[in-house]
Amino acid sequence: MKYVDEYRDAALVHTLADAVARAATRPWTIMEICGGQTHAIVKFGLDDLLPPAITLVHGPGCPVCVTSADLIDAAVELALRPGVILCSFGDMLRVPGNGIDLLTAKARGGDVRIVYSPLDAVGLARENPARPVVFFAVGFETTAPANAMAVLRAERERLDNFSILTSHVLVPPAMRAILGSPDNRVQGFLAAGHVCTIMGTAEYGPIARDHRAPIIITGFEPVDILEGILLCVRQLEAGRAEVANAYSRAVRTDGNIHARQLVERVFEISDRDWRGLGVIPRSGLAVRPEYAAFDAARRFPRVAAPAAAPTECISGEIMRGIRKPHQCPAFGTRCTPEHPLGAPMVSSEGACAAYHRYRARTAA
Amino acid sequence: MCLAVPGKIVEISEGDPLLRSAKVSFAGVIKLVSLTCTPDAKLGDFVLVHVGVAISTIDPQEAEETFRYLKAMGELDGLDAAPAGVSPP
Repeated sequence: MKYVDEYRDAALVHTLADAVARAATRPWTIMEICGGQTHAIVKFGLDDLLPPAITLVHGPGCPVCVTSADLIDAAVELALRPGVILCSFGDMLRVPGNGIDLLTAKARGGDVRIVYSPLDAVGLARENPARPVVFFAVGFETTAPANAMAVLRAERERLDNFSILTSHVLVPPAMRAILGSPDNRVQGFLAAGHVCTIMGTAEYGPIARDHRAPIIITGFEPVDILEGILLCVRQLEAGRAEVANAYSRAVRTDGNIHARQLVERVFEISDRDWRGLGVIPRSGLAVRPEYAAFDAARRFPRVAAPAAAPTECISGEIMRGIRKPHQCPAFGTRCTPEHPLGAPMVSSEGACAAYHRYRARTAA
Repeated sequence: MCLAVPGKIVEISEGDPLLRSAKVSFAGVIKLVSLTCTPDAKLGDFVLVHVGVAISTIDPQEAEETFRYLKAMGELDGLDAAPAGVSPP
């Protein structure tokens, strides 16, 4: 597949790993933000190719993992409302909330549908005019344009039965929260390449400067990731903290203005409660009042909110790079993909799921 | 979730910008994709597709330049490696 296969070239991967080994003279801890990158690193064993000086820790860039338990409870409540069709990306179905998960809600008669795109949910609203169709809109900046487009198409088609339950999060405030935490270990970042296709690179300069941390915009294939690590290590060794773009085939400095215009029409910046990290100010997107008719949170007031359940899940420490998945006492025993205690064990982008799938033997 | 896959535009349906779409081939598998966010995308371009929406057009020149640079690094490595093999540091 063009623009995929050539970035998995084994010889090039080894060349880059050797270059990292030559560049690293001291220990460095680098965080990849995006769960897609985490999975590529663990699946291809890229961290095993690196010298012992380099530690990769896995960031919070997994929307399923950071969606609050309370919002999952809200989605469950909607799914169990008579008549409602609750649409979601498949990853969300088995994520535990404070009460039951969406898959259990489905088993109890809730009409929960898995969709590939929010635009498919708009199609369901068109085909079922008598029933409320709610799309569970989770995601980072990458997904916000598609969710905004769904609202705008529903508005255009006067589909007044369509709405979205929003759990949108933004990357830069989370990076600042991680770097500003007293127990922070992260010295450099691989920024999430697909977020940057939308947002561009401008937001990262001030973060790199304020926290003295190099930030490398990085893609998702093995060659991309190792190139990002190499550029990061070279900056760390040289005492530099700048933004560099190692994903220039897809990321323009100013991002995608057309996509951002859609997002700005429908959403506004809001505070957001991140699962495992807590409330981060101005770190999310909420539906603007002008589009309140398409906002499920406004249309369907909550009936009940289950009390927050105590958990031994340490996902917050994992997503801040303090601990690794296999260092959790519940990993692989009380917490498995079949019976997850926390979201990172469920999501196809969660760090715990990656370790469990590709590294179960070494981690056990 | 931010997974985005590169595919080649094989057919475009023009019209209202909010509905502009294309058939995109992912190694032969054809899917309908929104081009609302990539209004400049043309037939034959490769676009990065995320949840049914093209979010970026792949710049072939940038891709090639990166590759030239990386390959050159590999060749330099080869040169580095030869003397190092004879007399280890």
